[in-house]
Amino acid sequence: MQDALSRRRFLLGSATGVSATWAAAHWPAALAAADYARAAARSAGRPNFEFFTPEQAAEIDAIAARIIPTDDTPGAREAGVVYFIDRALKTFASDSQKSYIEGLPVLQARVREMFPGVEKFSAAAPEQQDEVLRSFDEDSNAKNFFETLRRHTIAGFLIDPDSDTGGNREVVGWKVIGRDREHMFQPPFGYYDKDYPAWQPAPKDAEKK
Amino acid sequence: MAAGSQGRGEEMRPDQHKYKTSDEVDFVIVGSGAAGGILAKEFSTNGFRVVVLEQGPYLTESDFVHDEIKILQEDLLTNHPKLQPTTFRKTPDEKAKQQRALVYGRLVGGTSVHFTANFWRFHEIDFVERSKIGSIAGTGFADWPITYADLEPYYTKVEWEIGVSGLAGASPFDPPRSKPYPMPPLPVKSSGVIFERAARKLGWHPFPTPMAILSQPRPGRSACVNCGFCLAFGCEVGAKSSSLATAIRMAERTGRCEIRPNSYVHRVEMDSIGRVTGAVYFDKQRNAHLQRAKAVVVCANGAETPRLLLLSANKQFPNGLANSSGLVGKYLMLNSYAEALGLFEHPLNDYKGYAVSRVLHDFYELDPQKVGFYGGGGLDARFDFTPITFAMGGYPLSEAPGGLPPKTPRWGKAFKDALSHDFTRTMKIGCHGTSLPVEANSFSLDPDLKDAWGLPALRMTYKNHRDDLKLAAWQQARALELLDVAGARMKWHTLVEEDDFAFHLLGTCRMGNDPKTSVINSDHRTHDVKNLFLCDGSSFVTSGRGQPTMTIEALAFRAADRIMAFAKRGDLGA
Repeated sequence: MQDALSRRRFLLGSATGVSATWAAAHWPAALAAADYARAAARSAGRPNFEFFTPEQAAEIDAIAARIIPTDDTPGAREAGVVYFIDRALKTFASDSQKSYIEGLPVLQARVREMFPGVEKFSAAAPEQQDEVLRSFDEDSNAKNFFETLRRHTIAGFLIDPDSDTGGNREVVGWKVIGRDREHMFQPPFGYYDKDYPAWQPAPKDAEKK
Repeated sequence: MAAGSQGRGEEMRPDQHKYKTSDEVDFVIVGSGAAGGILAKEFSTNGFRVVVLEQGPYLTESDFVHDEIKILQEDLLTNHPKLQPTTFRKTPDEKAKQQRALVYGRLVGGTSVHFTANFWRFHEIDFVERSKIGSIAGTGFADWPITYADLEPYYTKVEWEIGVSGLAGASPFDPPRSKPYPMPPLPVKSSGVIFERAARKLGWHPFPTPMAILSQPRPGRSACVNCGFCLAFGCEVGAKSSSLATAIRMAERTGRCEIRPNSYVHRVEMDSIGRVTGAVYFDKQRNAHLQRAKAVVVCANGAETPRLLLLSANKQFPNGLANSSGLVGKYLMLNSYAEALGLFEHPLNDYKGYAVSRVLHDFYELDPQKVGFYGGGGLDARFDFTPITFAMGGYPLSEAPGGLPPKTPRWGKAFKDALSHDFTRTMKIGCHGTSLPVEANSFSLDPDLKDAWGLPALRMTYKNHRDDLKLAAWQQARALELLDVAGARMKWHTLVEEDDFAFHLLGTCRMGNDPKTSVINSDHRTHDVKNLFLCDGSSFVTSGRGQPTMTIEALAFRAADRIMAFAKRGDLGA
């Protein structure tokens, strides 16, 4: 955890004030670092949320990070899902504001109930967090909020990166599912059509009506 | 508006129309979709003055984004459940409940802007099936008053003028045709190759799907770029042969056709002699205007066309304009549909490209004696998910399933792993088929619920005929067989259930020779009102096997010829 943070700060520092010569010499690495740094910079020092308080945002970010976790590939956190949901609740998903306002405290109360001493979701360990969410998944009272959050997380992970919604940051979501981001594709498309010769009628005589 | 420009009509001439509402133009066309666009193009090309009234906005290619939220959740291109709520019930003795009951394109170009673009012709049997197999109890099963031969030249016109790609003679079941397709099929997808190989092993005859999507460019329109946001999305490169990309622009270029968007027609006016005099619509500010015309052609789709006639009830027609038969809104048919999905070992990457690359018609005409039900249809190989709908479903209704196998965890690492593995390895087989005309199945006016303009909301009454459900299940079983033979690592399906949501809107102002059992005659003229014509999915007598738009467009080309013949000899009743 510490290493990752240090690396992040290093890359942030090195991505600014870098000379053109250095960039030319280290092009691919610099590009990758810049990408990472931009993403890190955005997730670290972002301007205010429009709907969530910073504390609420941290909780939502932590829940989303269990819905689509970061493992050997990025997850909801890196895709900027919390920013997507924040904006969504002020725009197309404003009908769901009530669900979040009511649902989040219920979820936090559940954390305290299941794990005395743990004050909020983002303070719990991943295994504890998953247990809390599993209990929500099965609880008809809280189901609504969790299902809404689940759907918003998926949408924020996989929305068109060119949309103005702020989701699928750095195309992280599409990279995870293996979707190239181009707007145009040429055949061959996949494994099964790559060796397809041109259309041939069936070898036997066609069945007549 | 400059000829050939692609600007938005409403922005370029905000309150200025080409025609005044008091100008008695030759034709007012209600609806700018598959049928309305073609009629507008034909009329205006042949010297007639036309106003097309479209309830939706005039969007163009730059509006056709890939944002699944804007398109699928915010209804950028489609009817709004909040502005135009609907109700649903299964049978007439129930009270309908408010729920989203249908989706259609609500913009210039109509549903053709966002359709899958599957473009099969009807076969000869579709027009004469009642004569061949007899009546079917409890249904209005009937022959069409026209035959395939009557419509064939118009199918050809659609293919060549609107732009359909395909391969003539590739299916042994194809009806006769006078010309080949104007351009070759689109490139096959992995789902199509898997389907083709397995289908041939089973002795079936898959062939390249005829699609209303360009495989070669045309002036002002690109060939398909395989972007993967096709079904339910507008085409930003003009490759999908929507009414907007084709007939509407052709109509505007004549200089005689005005497309007037944001014009919600809610009444067709009639005079005391029994002729229609024009259409009354709400403009964007919700002021009502009457656009006068010598004749009115309603092409508002199989839901909104009967609704408009019912809203236009008057003293002479208390049950709805041109409704002496009582059949306006009735005999609603949806086409039956079922799916099966399969997961394969290697990536198909079927997210690239248009939706459907192979289809087979071996089951187009099943023998009721053998299978125990009436029906028939086609199976196709497709991938019509986009990333979010694959991961969680939700389109068109939130309960619609996504592309992951059942029992896949719905969140967490296992969910993410499934998404990451399956998105590129999944395909779908779509099973399309007939649905029988049952009089109780209908669109009507809800007695209580109103839309945002204060007009009675649309009410859908639908309970599938037993045979439609049996057909869908039977076809689904064939699809599962195919996936087995194809070597799918996993295959799954959702059980066929009764419909409570409509995509194809057919049969509700049916064509026929007898005014007691039909609403329009074979010239698309209403039996009751000489200068009122109807042409869209509502005109269908039988449902066909699943892909109505091709036939709607052929009917529109033919209707244009018939109507112009009346106009030229002064026989419009004016």
